[in-house]
Amino acid sequence: MGMTLAEKILARAAGRETVAPDQIVVAAIDLAMSHENADLVRKSFLDVGVARVWDAERIVIILDHRVPAESEKTATTHKAIREFVHQQGLRHFYDVGRGGICHQVLAEQGHVLPGMVVVGTDSHTTTHGAFGAFATGIGATEMAGVWIEGRLWFKVPSTLRIEVEGEFAPWISAKDLILNLIGRLGADGADYRAVEFDGSLIRRLTVASRMVLANLSMEMGAKVAFTPVDYVLLDYLAERTARKIPMTTDFEPDPDADYEQILRIDASEIVEPQVACPHAVDQVVPLSKLGEVPVHQAVLGSCTNGRLEDLEVAASLVSGQRVHPRTRLIVIPASQHILLEAIRLGYIQQLVAAGAMINPPGCGPCVGVHQGILAAGETCISSTNRNFHGRMGSKDSKVYLASPAVVAASAIAGRIAHPDEIVTQEAA
Amino acid sequence: MNGASLRLRGRVAARLGDNVDTDVIYPGRYLNITDREKTAEHLFELTHPEIRAQIRPGDFIVGGKNFGCGSSREQATAALKYSAVGAVIAVSFARIFFRNSINLGLPVVVSPEAVAALRAGNEAEIDLAAGRVVNLATAAVFPAAPLDPRAVELLEAGGLIPYLKKKYVA
Repeated sequence: MGMTLAEKILARAAGRETVAPDQIVVAAIDLAMSHENADLVRKSFLDVGVARVWDAERIVIILDHRVPAESEKTATTHKAIREFVHQQGLRHFYDVGRGGICHQVLAEQGHVLPGMVVVGTDSHTTTHGAFGAFATGIGATEMAGVWIEGRLWFKVPSTLRIEVEGEFAPWISAKDLILNLIGRLGADGADYRAVEFDGSLIRRLTVASRMVLANLSMEMGAKVAFTPVDYVLLDYLAERTARKIPMTTDFEPDPDADYEQILRIDASEIVEPQVACPHAVDQVVPLSKLGEVPVHQAVLGSCTNGRLEDLEVAASLVSGQRVHPRTRLIVIPASQHILLEAIRLGYIQQLVAAGAMINPPGCGPCVGVHQGILAAGETCISSTNRNFHGRMGSKDSKVYLASPAVVAASAIAGRIAHPDEIVTQEAA
Repeated sequence: MNGASLRLRGRVAARLGDNVDTDVIYPGRYLNITDREKTAEHLFELTHPEIRAQIRPGDFIVGGKNFGCGSSREQATAALKYSAVGAVIAVSFARIFFRNSINLGLPVVVSPEAVAALRAGNEAEIDLAAGRVVNLATAAVFPAAPLDPRAVELLEAGGLIPYLKKKYVA
């Protein structure tokens, strides 16, 4: 019996010929990433009392949740992290103004390569399955164990394979596909499992769009989520790392791999933009089912949808128009690199001219800390990844999740709107 | 930190539904609190602020499926543990929350049957080693999923930090 990609990577990392679902294995960690919660990791690490981390080259720390520091408390945390980085000689540290959102920075700096085992103290670490890595989120104390031992135990997950064929209808994107899947499968639909995306539509997607699928698979409970290692990915990596990545069967599932379930999806059947309603990511409906939903705020950004293609579609939609008088549009490029590119390509100018506020690269209001918190009674349409109670501010606020195109269209319309409504308005 | 006993007795302080997420357990705005004891002040603050006052040391929280879904924030586990919650019994757990709980020494018990039967205020007994929950109010016995030996070892040590300390430093 062959192995799925998750099984193959874990077998290699655990030094075994084969592994099978439900076995417990101890895998060598190739990369360990933390953001501000590196301070919690640091505290657990110091509590144990080991002097040095296992490998200063394999730890990456990227400040993104509260940048620049919004309070004295955070400033103190950032300072403690900087001192620890210096003291331990950690080579890969991205401070304020040097990086952006951790998952975007790992990707664009070429830190993650196919076949790696990656752990991060952030649940959306599943994003790196878009690079053919077994990548998953862990807690801070567990990360302290990784900093000490360089390895971690895993239960080998069974795999759900999702094959997507067909074409996207106009205005339909990877975000709509994954929201549709989460709506079908539920918030625990892939709990503890690996997800393998494949199929002709997936292979035509950009790396940025593949990252959306792997990122949001976390919201159906996935432990890891892969998209294919193909020439689209290798071309992306060639621009970002000096390492030569061979095209090998090590990075693909065996043809006779054993799957717990195989889903075959025709993306053409998703005819309308998908929206996740408050307060759960699996409360997904087609946009036209919503009725009239006025929005006070529209947020474009996050590790899910703050990349260049997301800013591009939003800029093209709002260009020459104005954000609705009773709505505010907040745009957060996912990294310094994306911000620079968006300036160069004119997207930032188009967005600002339309009345958008540009936040510095980082998580912004997605995690409910700063830079766009909602008041009681307010409603937000957002390209981010969670709409839990109080996620973006008041417990009596509401967050709807949708694609960048729907966020941009809604900012102009002042209510949750289909992009066609905005385009028509412009043409008229 | 003392190791958790494998046999726990407590009262059900609260019953919650499916998909209790980490923002509900511990709001994101308090993530810059890194003092574990202090996280307890914000347990369930946004949606169930009354629960904190109802918890007596060793009490149990009962949840539905996918308890602890969402963020990897360890403060969600810490807030429960340092509110003196003795264990969480649920239909199922989200994987990061489950691992965080074992690593911080908070027992987590998977038992759909116990969840269906236990009511707020019931006294119950959990036997982690045997994989059993007893509703002391009715004497009904429910099976619980056995914990992996590695998880039992970590709980007995009091969590990952004391476990690693013993292994590398002591």
